[in-house]
Parts: sequence; C-alpha cells; structure tokens
Amino acid sequence: MRDQSLEFIMAGRRQRRRRWIVVTSLLAVLAIALCCAMLLLGNTIYPVKEVIRALSGEQLKGVSFAVNTIRLPRMLAGLFAGFAFGIAGYTFQTMLRNPLANPNVIGITSGSSAAAVFSIVVLHASETFVSIASVIAGLVTVTIIYLLSRGRAFSIGRLILIGIGLQAMLDAVISYLLLVGAQQDIPAALRWLTGSLNGSQLRELPPLVVAVLVFAPVIIMLGKHLDLLELGEQSASSLGVATDRTRIILILSSVFMLAIATATTGPIAFVSFLAGPIARRLTGAGFSNVIPAGLVGVNLVLAADLIGQFAFEYRFPVGVITGLLGAPYLIFLLIQMNRKGEL
Amino acid sequence: MSHSELKNKQPALHLPRYFTAVLVICLVLLGLCIIASLVLGSKAVNGQALIDGLFHPDIDSFDANIIRKRISRTVFCLFCGAALGVAGALMQSVTRNPLADPSILGVNTGASLFVVCGIAFLNINTANQYIGLALVGSAVTAVFVFGIGSMGRGGATPIKLVLAGAATSAALSSLVTAIMIPRSYAMDQFRFWQVGSVGSGTWSGIGAFLPFLIIGVLVAFLTAPALNALALGDDVATGLGVRTGTLRLIAALAGVLLCGVTTALAGPIGFIGLLSTHLVRLILGPDLRLVIPMSAVSGAIILTISDVLGRLIGSPGELEVGVVTAFIGAPVLILLAKKAKVRSL
Repeated sequence: MRDQSLEFIMAGRRQRRRRWIVVTSLLAVLAIALCCAMLLLGNTIYPVKEVIRALSGEQLKGVSFAVNTIRLPRMLAGLFAGFAFGIAGYTFQTMLRNPLANPNVIGITSGSSAAAVFSIVVLHASETFVSIASVIAGLVTVTIIYLLSRGRAFSIGRLILIGIGLQAMLDAVISYLLLVGAQQDIPAALRWLTGSLNGSQLRELPPLVVAVLVFAPVIIMLGKHLDLLELGEQSASSLGVATDRTRIILILSSVFMLAIATATTGPIAFVSFLAGPIARRLTGAGFSNVIPAGLVGVNLVLAADLIGQFAFEYRFPVGVITGLLGAPYLIFLLIQMNRKGEL
Repeated sequence: MSHSELKNKQPALHLPRYFTAVLVICLVLLGLCIIASLVLGSKAVNGQALIDGLFHPDIDSFDANIIRKRISRTVFCLFCGAALGVAGALMQSVTRNPLADPSILGVNTGASLFVVCGIAFLNINTANQYIGLALVGSAVTAVFVFGIGSMGRGGATPIKLVLAGAATSAALSSLVTAIMIPRSYAMDQFRFWQVGSVGSGTWSGIGAFLPFLIIGVLVAFLTAPALNALALGDDVATGLGVRTGTLRLIAALAGVLLCGVTTALAGPIGFIGLLSTHLVRLILGPDLRLVIPMSAVSGAIILTISDVLGRLIGSPGELEVGVVTAFIGAPVLILLAKKAKVRSL
C-alpha cells in the first residue's frame, strides 16, 4: 500500500519534471528563433549567408551596418533585458506571494528609470554612471517601500497601495526631468515611460550583460529556496531556509538586474508582471520557474518588438505593444483574484 | 420621505467653534493664490501692473496685458480645482471609500482615451465636443472600474477599487499611446492636453465649463444630507428613508460630470479630490454639508498653488499642473494606505 502511493507520487513527479523540461526547451527554442528573426528581418531582408558573414566580421556593404550596428544591439538588448525583467519580476511575485507585487506595479522600475533619466538628461553621465545610479535608485525605492509598509501589521495590499503612490510620484519626477532637460521629444519620453529598444547601441550593453551573467545564476541557484519562501516565513525556516539572508540576496540580485535593464531599455511595460504568471501556467507547479520566467520574458520582449516593428504601418516601440498585451491580462488577473477573494 | 424631510430630521449643521477662523484663513489663502497666479510666472510682474491690469482698462502697458492674459487662466484654474474637489468628495462618499479619486479610479484616463479617439478619428476640436466625449468616457470607465472592484467577497474595498482603477488606467493609457504615436498632427494638440494643463484656459472654455460646474455642485449640495446618512451604512440609510440606489446613481453621475468636464478642458489632473477632501475632513470633521463646499474651496486653492508652482519650477516654460499635483498628492495616498486598518483594505 505504502509502496503504491510512493510509486504514485514518484510517477506524478516524473511527469511534472518531463513537462518542465519540454516547456523550458520549447521556450528556449522559440527564443532562439526570435533572436534569428530579429537579425534577419528589417527594411531590407538580406540572405542568411550574408547575415552570418557580416556577423563573423566580414565587411559587406550595407549588410554589415544594418546587422551589426542596428539589428544585433537591438536583439541583444531585448534578449538580456527580457531575461532580467522576467526573472526579477518572478522573484518579487513569488517572494511576496502576489502576482501584483511586481516591480512594474510597485514603482521599482520607475525609480530606476527616474535615476537614469536624471543622469542622462541632466548630468550627461557615462553608461557606467547611469547603471550605478539606477541600481542605487532601485535599491532606495525598495527600501522606502519596505519601510513605509512595515508597521504594526504587514499586509501585501498596503504594500501594493504604497507602491502605486510611489510610482505616481516617480512618474511625475520623470515628466519633470524630461521637461527640464528640454528633451521632451517623443522618442525619449516614450523610452523612459514605457520602454523601447530603438537606438540601442553596442557600447551601452556591457553593464546589462555583466549584470545578467552574474545575478541570474544567483537567483537560479536560489530557486528552490525561493519556492520554499512562498510557503511562508515559518514553513520556509523550518525547512532549512535562512529566510532573511536568502531574501536579501534575492532582492539585491533582482534589483541589480532590473535597474540596469531599465537604464538600458527603459521600463518595458508589464514584462516583469507577465513573465511569472505565464511561466507558471505553462510549466505547472513543482519545479522552480526562474528559468522559464526569464525565457518567457525574452520571448515577450522580442516578439513584441517584432510585432511593433513590422505588424503595423507605423513602428511602435516595444513598450507600447507589451502594454497593450499586458494590461488586459492584468485586468483579467484582478477579476480572477477578486472572485476568489484573494485580495 | 424626500431628501428635504431628511434634512429637517438631521441635527442642525454643527459648526466647529473655530469654523470662522478656518473660513477666514481659507479666503485669505484663496486671495493670495489668485494674486500669486496673476503676478507670478515665467515673467513676474509688480503690484502696480496688477492694479493697472485689473482696474484701469485704459492703461496699455506690457505688464498690465500680461495680467489680463492671466485672468482667464486663473479663473479657469479655480473652477477646475473646485470641480475636482467636489467630485472627489462625492466619489468618496458614494463608494464609501477614502481612496476614491477620479485619477486613482482611472476615470481621467477613460476620458482621455475618448478625447484622443475623437482627435484622431473624428477631427473634433471644439470645447463642447471634447466635453461630450470625455463625459461618455469617464462614465463608462467609472462603471467598469467599479464593476471589477466590487466583485467577490466584501464588495468594493479600497484596495480592490484602487487596483481595478490602476489596472484599467494602465490598459487605457497604453491604448492612448498606441493611437497617438502614428499621428504626429494629433500629437501636439493632445500632448499639451494629456498631462493636465490649465494654461489653455480661455473665456470660451470657461463659458462651456460653467453650466456643468453649476449643475454638478448644486447636485452635490442637495444630496449632501442624504449622503451623510449613507455614510452610516446602507441599512441605516434605508431605515432613515433614503433610497440608496437612486442616491448613489445621482451623486455618482454628478461626480463623473464634474471630473469628466474638467478632464475634457484641462486634461487629466490627478489627486486633487483626494488631497482637498482629506484636508477638509481632518480639520472640520466628516459632515458632508461642510465637507463638500469646503472641498471646493480647498480644491481651488491647491490647484492654483500647484499651477503657480508648475510655472515657477518649469520656467521659462511651464511644468504641467498634472505633474505637480501627482507629486504633491501621491504622498497623501501613501499616508492613507499606511494609516488604513488592514481589514478595511
């Protein structure tokens, strides 16, 4: 009898693992396909061979410029920013046990964005400085939200409300900075308010790439502990998670990635909100969803950018498309949560 | 029992002892705001020009003309502030929710979307067309947000309403952006309007605004006693003879009317309703017969101060007043969220 039920549990576990592996591989394949599409598609569609030759460093008239200077940076920015947004969003949502508690809703990305705008528009600072400033601003924003929502009785609803208020203030600051910098042209405003891959350059990318390569593995390795944290403080610590230390490492890592991604592409709307719930729905429960969430983020950003570039007569920045996709989902999720009485 | 009978049954308006002092301070502040709004700006003028501009129509100096130009803006600003203050008070009592404010509930964005569609697809350009579309937009959004917010257990709790409003607002503003970007010609007309600016206040705009303001404020005054009863809970209010459904509908319509028209003419200006109403409640207590008129006064004061600040900070251009009010108002939202009891969230 006992053996039978053990067997049953193990079978379920194997099945869930298989599903996880299949879904994750499919997401990875899709991401690679989208990366290739980003390189191949454009105003002029060059033959695959020429694109590969241009990428490997040969100087081909026209092709080299289009691929190496315009499409490659754009693709890389989308790839790394998408991964960063997806993982960071998932981390916050899981840690705070509420999909609404993600950096996009509670103002962390707006904090980083405000700092980036300030450094670029007012101080004319270098890329490194911009990255550092936005990381610091992101951390400060998290600290402020934490300090304000702490108190006699912690409630996630209170935290989200406070975050929404903070976000409103920070967006006002961004509007003001854009005005002061006399940069109130539409592309700049859109980049800093909704996020855009337009005008990405290779020299802007190193901080983002380094941040993702350093911090994404940290979060992936802590994935199991993250899932245990979701069970609640007491269950997690009785299962052997050093809750405070884990939480601090997770917050630091995700804010670092998030802030630098925001400084590079602007706060691409709703990616950090959407990635987690979508990944969870695809893979089901049971295994850490950090990697799937990151891959969903990549797919979302790249697909939305392709749609924005080619689906309409006019080229929309990626943030507008993710906003159009994400906001209805947010409303849908809200309706569901209200029905279940989770708020 | 009609509302007038209810009014007779309610205790006579109990004015706090310091009410006169508060009223005097408010009026002085209002006066100072008006003077500041006339005198300060990207070009500050002196008192002599102020007197010339206001009382000597025959003097035609440069400074006096600046003052004259600023009169319509100031009047418009005062009216908008009053309308938003009253709208906030109405929405808060209808939803029995301290965080209700046109901007937080996303009603402003709904109005924006309809106006943008009008500019982009229907080539609208007169004040009345703006107003019509904005009214429809804000009414539809209000119903939608309240519908989502009141689903599930516990009805429309503050957190559910605010989240529904924020989500709807986000959805609608991405639509606004998507409609706007490809149309650069509509952009300029719209961009100025979008963040909330009273700089476009003209006498004809004020003329179009005034009837709606009067109707909305009148309805607010008349329903105040019944809304007081509603604050005690639906059951008690029904017991006191209030038809809660009808009352809610009328008061909500008045609130939507006021903020819709303001949004149509000045763009989405946030947080005024929240700020002014809570300030008044803090000082004068919860009686709506006092809160509603005083919210109008304090709304006018706050919006005018914000406008002057926006002109000073943004000089030589100007910072749209919507940005300033968001910066001043959001801390109040945070404070309220911090103070609220967990269960009532």
